[in-house]
This record gives sequence, structure tokens and C-alpha cells, in this order.
Amino acid sequence: MTTAILETPSQTKPAKQKVMLVEGNEAAALGVALARPDMVAVYPITPQSSLVEHVAKLIADGKMDADIVDAEGEHSVLSVLQGGALAGARTYTATCGPGLAFMFEPYFRTSGMRLPIVMSIVTRDGITPQSVWGGHQDAMTVREVGWVQVYCETVQEVLDTTIMAFKIAEHHDVMLPVNVCLDGNYLSYGTSRVELPDQAEVDAFMGVKDVNWHVALDPLRPMAVDPLTGGSGGKGPSTFVRYRKGQCKGMQNSLRVIEEVHAEWAQRFGRSFAPLVEEYRLEGADYAIMTLGSMTGAAKDAIDEARDAGKKVGLIKIKTFSPFPVDALMKSLDKVQAVGVVDRSVGFRWNCGPMYQETMGVLYRLGRHIPSMSFIGGLAGADITVGHFHRVIEATEKLLSAPAPIEPVWLNEKD
Amino acid sequence: MYEVRFHGRGGQGAVTAASMLAAALLEEGKYAVSIPSFGFERRGAPVVSFLRCSDREIRQLTNIYTPDCLICVDPTLAKSVDIFSGLKPGGTLVQATHKPLAEVVLADTVGVVGLCDAIGIALEVFKRPITNTLMLGAFAKTTGIVSLAALQRSLEDSDFRDAGLKQNMVAVERGYNETTVYSIERRVAA
Repeated sequence: MTTAILETPSQTKPAKQKVMLVEGNEAAALGVALARPDMVAVYPITPQSSLVEHVAKLIADGKMDADIVDAEGEHSVLSVLQGGALAGARTYTATCGPGLAFMFEPYFRTSGMRLPIVMSIVTRDGITPQSVWGGHQDAMTVREVGWVQVYCETVQEVLDTTIMAFKIAEHHDVMLPVNVCLDGNYLSYGTSRVELPDQAEVDAFMGVKDVNWHVALDPLRPMAVDPLTGGSGGKGPSTFVRYRKGQCKGMQNSLRVIEEVHAEWAQRFGRSFAPLVEEYRLEGADYAIMTLGSMTGAAKDAIDEARDAGKKVGLIKIKTFSPFPVDALMKSLDKVQAVGVVDRSVGFRWNCGPMYQETMGVLYRLGRHIPSMSFIGGLAGADITVGHFHRVIEATEKLLSAPAPIEPVWLNEKD
Repeated sequence: MYEVRFHGRGGQGAVTAASMLAAALLEEGKYAVSIPSFGFERRGAPVVSFLRCSDREIRQLTNIYTPDCLICVDPTLAKSVDIFSGLKPGGTLVQATHKPLAEVVLADTVGVVGLCDAIGIALEVFKRPITNTLMLGAFAKTTGIVSLAALQRSLEDSDFRDAGLKQNMVAVERGYNETTVYSIERRVAA
């Protein structure tokens, strides 16, 4: 099965795709339906988004053949899905913000048990102070728990990535849960044109369902899962290390698999998305700005305007945030002399954005001094406009000739 | 790129109107993106929603600050909210009102006005003051950015069914036919 992905698709011309107008949450639900999960579990508030309402409607209308479990809370949602995944089911859920927080204990266990569950995070800022609006703080808070996390830029990318996520998660070299992150508000309720892939084409892309071969409940092959390990004697320590090393290896393998799955998607459906790191107008650029998620569209418009005005600036967008694409980003950063990183969340420990913090690690490994700075914007639903990105571009350009500021720039501080 | 900002009150369908207009523009082969304003939905409270359209793919997913056109689906809103904020000079206002032009709140930036007694027509068609589809007809008449036929086709493809669909088809057509368009001439300041 591991080589199936390398086979040349039988059809190279994409089939005619239906054009629709949908919000990001509906696009995600349509992607879920096309991936044919066996089981979906949801909790409809604390909070939830219209995403699971769309999923529930697709199931109720007979357009999606999956069992849906309306659990009593997010902790139960993920626990129920773990049971389903252990029985060999393809499983899905969605959550955000406090719902994700309430899910944390089974969230940690999901990656430890190597269960390829797919979960959308309709990203949202953290509380307190009270906020019901978008931001990346919820997903960033759980970035270190062994889930693969990818961020989408457009509604179309939400639809396509949701399908690809199942294939990435279930790949035998990965076997890890995947979060598809879509920005709350701007992507989740933003309505735009999408092309809906043909079901037969998606079926061919997904191949034969082979979920969770490693622990599927089987009376002829009884086994215990999630054993008590660790401690300081006997086989405990080495068993625990083998688990953790395996998780880390799965994460590193996913970088290759994410690239392969995106390449196959482009070949079959004619839509190409950068799998790990996207470079936009980086050739000939002296400096770059870095983005994540739906803010990138406005950033690209700003880059075009700045280029027209003679500024030598390019853009680097991260799609795969976990595992962090260190090698790919290193190659992109090596093309420029300065970088400004825009985060939609806060890294409390370093007084900067979390993506900036990761980037500093990559810059160290690159071994060449590249001045850099952190921008934080778009918190709790605030907008990051083309105008904000012009400020980012101007400040980053100054790094070429002046010392880099240590403090982050808070883009919406005076809005 | 053409940018529209919808103003209304919670429950009048300003957010739905933006996505209905996006669907109609899609019918005509254009790119369109609509984004609602975000907040707690309360009936009667002022709300805004945004729509961008273009012949090219639209990349920026942001709110709209300098619209080409305002569609105000509520007749009293302009008294309590600065609906004209950021309107491009010579921009368009499509306003639900039964009043004559001389009594309508305007800003210096307004160059074209489309007036439609949307509440009056809605009370006849729906027996309720739902003005959003009517005002899409008024927008088509005032700007020509979208055709009445495309609006009608997108309504037929929408979730409206049976009596609801018939009422909305009547509403969009009456909104189109019963809108008066004015061009505002302004003297250049001395």
C-alpha cells in the first residue's frame, strides 16, 4: 500500500467539476462527504461552527453514508472516535476554541495511539478576555501534541485539503491524526466559488480503504492497546521511547507524504497547492514576509503593489505548520537578506508570534545571520488588510539597514 | 474589482443578500466573494456584510473599507449609523426608502442614487418587511453590475422553494422595475 501513491493516475485530464458557491464550513463538509468517512462524532456547542451542521445535513439527506454520534461533550467526541478508529473506521470531527481545550486529554492520546482521525479546527482566538472571533491561538496552543496541522488559504483549499488529510493521516508511513485548520470567520463564513471534485475521481484518488491495520479490533488477532509503559525499570523506559520515537518518525515521514499527496491531487484534479511552503514572487527578492492561512491573499495583493512600486519583496507562506517544514523553509529563507513574520496568535513565552519563534530556530540552523522581526495581527477577528501588509513590508525593508527590533509589532493596536 | 457593502438590521437578510448576489455574479461568469460581519446576531441591531466581484480571481479575504457601492436595506439606518464611511467619491447608494430624493440622507461622496420603496413592496409581497431580494433587484437596476436574469436564475438555484421562491422572484423583479435612479451633479468648489 505504501507504494500506491507513486503509481501514475490512470486519468491525467481532470473530469469536469461542478462549480458551486459555498462558505468555508460547507466546503469542509463537502470534502468530508467526498472522503467517505464511516463515522463522525460531534458536540454541537462550546463552541462549534456551522461545519458540523452541514455534515449532519449531508448525512440526514442521504448524501453521506456515515454514522453520526451526537456526544455529550468534546472530550467524549474524540474518545468515541478513538473507539471507532480502533475498530477500523475512517473517522472525522470538527471543533474550535474552548471545545478543543475540553478535548485535550483524548487529543493527546489520539496521536499516541497513532489513530488517523481527521479533525477540522475552525480556528479561533483564545479566552479570556471573552471573544468569539477568529485567530490561530487555539490550534497554536496544541501544536506540540503530535498531530499533523495544515492551514488553508482559500475556501477551495479547505475543500481539497480536507479530502487529502484522510489520505495523509492513513498513509502507513504516517498513521497520525491530522488537523485541517481554516480561519474562523474569514474562511469559515467567507463565501466563494469552488469546484467540487467528482466522487468517482475522489474514490480513485483515495484508493482501497485500509484504515488502522495496526490495531483494528479483530477476534482472530486479539491484542491490548495503549499499554502501561515508562517508569525506570524493566521494559518500561525502552517501550516508551519506542512509542515516542515512532511518533516523531511518523511526523517526519508526513512531510514527504504531504508532498506526494499534494502532487497526486494536482495531477488528478488540476489544482496545485504548495504542500509545505509556498514561495510567491521570491525570485530576485531582497527580503520576504511570512504568512499563514487566509491572511495570505491580502498579503499577495500587497506584494504585487510593492513590486510595482519597485520594492524587492517576496512572500513565504507556511501551509504545513506541524511538523514544521524546516528544510523547505530553510531553502526559501536562504534566498533573502531579511524576513518579517506575521502571526495571527501570540507566543506568550517569547513575546512574539509562534511562527516567528519557529522561524528563528530555522534561521539558526541555516547558519547565516538574517535579520528578522515578529508581527502580530488579526487577533480575535481583527482584519489584516492590504494596508497592514504595506506596513509589514516597510518595516521589514528597514531590517536591511537598521538593527532588528526585539519587540513584536502589534498590527491592530491603533485600529 | 468592485466592492459592495451591505447595511441592514439583524433579521432583514443583509448577510444572505451578499451571498445571493455572489451566486448571481457567479452565474454571469464573474468571481465573487462575500464575507459577513462577525458578531452576535441580534434582531434589529445594525449589521454589515461585504461583497467583492471581479473578472479575475479574488485573493484578499478582508472586510471592505472603501466600497464602490452601498446597499442599505433599511430606511432608518442612515440616521443612526455612518453608512457612508469610506465610500469612494462618486460612489453609489442603493437605498430602501419611500421618501423622495430631497429627503434622503446623503454624503458628499455619493454620485449615483437608486431609491426603492422596498418596505412598502415587501409588505405587499411577503406581508413582512423583508427587503433583501428586493434590494438586489434595485442594485441591478441602479448599477447594471448584475443582470435581473442572473439574479432570477440564482434564486431558482437557491434553497427557496414553492411559495417562498415565487414571492422572492416577484420581489426581485419589482425591486428592479420600481427603482428610480438619480445621478447627482455637484459643482466643483470654488
